[in-house]
Amino acid sequence: MNFSHLPRLAAAALAALALAGSAAATSIELLNVSYDPTREFYFEYNAAFATHWKAKTSDDVVVKQSHGGSGKQARSVIDGLRADVVTLALADDIDAIAKHARALPVDWQTRFPHNSAPYTSTIVFLVRKGNPKGIKDWADLVKPGVAIITPNPKTSGGARWNYLAAWEFAKRKLGSDEAAKAFVAKLYKNVPVLDSGARGSTTTFVQRGIGDVFLSWENEAFLAVKEFGANKFEIVVPSLSILAEPPVAVVDKVAKRKGTAEVAKAYLEYLYSPKGQDLAGKHFYRPVDPAAAAKYASQFTKVELFTIDQAFGGWSKAHQTHFADGGTFDQIYLKN
Amino acid sequence: MAASAVSSLARSAGVTARPLATRDAPWLRYTLTAVALGFLALFLVLPLVAVFAEAFRRGIGAYFAALNDPDGLHALKLTLLTAGLAVPANLVFGVAAAWCIAKFTFPGKSLLITLIDLPFAVSPVISGLIYVLLFGAQGWYGLYLNAENPWLPGLQAWLYEQDFKIIFAVPGIVLATTFVTFPFIARELIPLMQTQGNDEEYAAITLGANGWQTFWKVTLPNIKWGLFYGVILCNARAMGEFGAVSVVSGHIRGETNTLPLHVEILYNEYQFVGAFAAASILALLALVTLVLKSLVEWAHARRHAASAAS
Repeated sequence: MNFSHLPRLAAAALAALALAGSAAATSIELLNVSYDPTREFYFEYNAAFATHWKAKTSDDVVVKQSHGGSGKQARSVIDGLRADVVTLALADDIDAIAKHARALPVDWQTRFPHNSAPYTSTIVFLVRKGNPKGIKDWADLVKPGVAIITPNPKTSGGARWNYLAAWEFAKRKLGSDEAAKAFVAKLYKNVPVLDSGARGSTTTFVQRGIGDVFLSWENEAFLAVKEFGANKFEIVVPSLSILAEPPVAVVDKVAKRKGTAEVAKAYLEYLYSPKGQDLAGKHFYRPVDPAAAAKYASQFTKVELFTIDQAFGGWSKAHQTHFADGGTFDQIYLKN
Repeated sequence: MAASAVSSLARSAGVTARPLATRDAPWLRYTLTAVALGFLALFLVLPLVAVFAEAFRRGIGAYFAALNDPDGLHALKLTLLTAGLAVPANLVFGVAAAWCIAKFTFPGKSLLITLIDLPFAVSPVISGLIYVLLFGAQGWYGLYLNAENPWLPGLQAWLYEQDFKIIFAVPGIVLATTFVTFPFIARELIPLMQTQGNDEEYAAITLGANGWQTFWKVTLPNIKWGLFYGVILCNARAMGEFGAVSVVSGHIRGETNTLPLHVEILYNEYQFVGAFAAASILALLALVTLVLKSLVEWAHARRHAASAAS
């Protein structure tokens, strides 16, 4: 073997790879950093928005997606992931971006209607067909021998909604925060595995077949039933649940830098349009627009919903008490 | 020495009377072979078959449709690009490091050996986080970019103007992969070069070869099989790395997803045919490297035989 060609060969290979790596991009590109269960929704919505934007301005817009646990995604944006828009599971995570990276103003939530939440959702239970453990409400979750699947509240937005819904249920039923804490501690004793995001938990419950009940985003539960058939899973709606408002925001610092501020804003505004609202309903989110809400009303069971502002005085307070280092979640989970 | 003495003793004792220790009962031989083959089938062949079976579950048409997905193709391209950059980088480093360690003595040599092993010792997640801490917006690089009164304001302004993307972009993925696959080639070469010693190089130099000639004509031909094996291992790991890349990738589809990350995404989206089709491509890439290795070995053996015959 003659090795004297090696340096030249290597150089040629590198040049070829460099050429292959640089694809020509002429259209506008947005990056939407989102949480786990929105994959299917934004896949369809992005195509609809591209059509809309092309008709309006004749510009091509390509929206790239990144999905993961909401808290983890916020962490990535803080660490420099260049999201033009974030569409996360809860306001707390966007607050963190505003606070730690100063990438958008702290009053970001006032910039779009309905607290910047174009669709809402709630937390329901997904159980195996026939509901063998007879799970009807939150109180059934703390029974011995019930294995609960829920993601980690430190990294997943959905998991924080789960946690707070359970807490509020217990507080109303048992009367005090102390009792609620004991209830939630007992509930987490029944959790065999904490995944980092909602989709990981869905996979654990649905594909790996672990657990008796999965505390799930309503839309994620519907999707699992749709993908795997109603002959395998059932949705159980508890007596009380939380109104989950997954908010959206333009990340000003990135959008300004990339010159995409205008299209990023239009992208989020279009979520409130009839088309955007219809797609949200189609993917099992609860639309905020009354017309779309009425159209999809029949697919959702009526459930008493409370808001985080009523029960916990807003996200920043709830975060401090429950999910910050040393908060109630750390206290109960470390004790387990 | 001892081994040859023993074997000559055994030979002198007669061919028919082999020592008891090397005469195994047939049942033992067959059982051991069956256990080894069974283990291989269970842990290597069966998963591989499962990947392809899942990938083709909905027919060949669905398989190729799944492969023809732009995000998947981009992931494949990115994986090849990453390996194409990380492997040569480690090739140069690995040969240089092995050369230093095997042929010279210098202070800090054992420290260098330990450092080379570091990427084997730390978890890939940590390997990824290192780069987030260095190059993230909240890391050293980010702090420098956002500093009010930085050292060298000109450099800060220039870096800001250039707008380099390191993590959550291709450079970060290449860096993390290079870090994780760092030891493969060096670790393969060090023992080999140590056993070979310096005699042939000394001979070459006495005969008037310069350093460069010695390297190309003496050292490299001696180590080429070890080097080749190291490159194959390094390449396999570079294409398959998940943990470290997952931390620095940002998971942007069609942009910073490598094939292993793409497989996870598809699996999580209930696109099983797509996920296993992508996994089958990864498996095929691995098989191709193995075939390449066998081909080169075959060519080498043939040339060897030809030169021996003439």
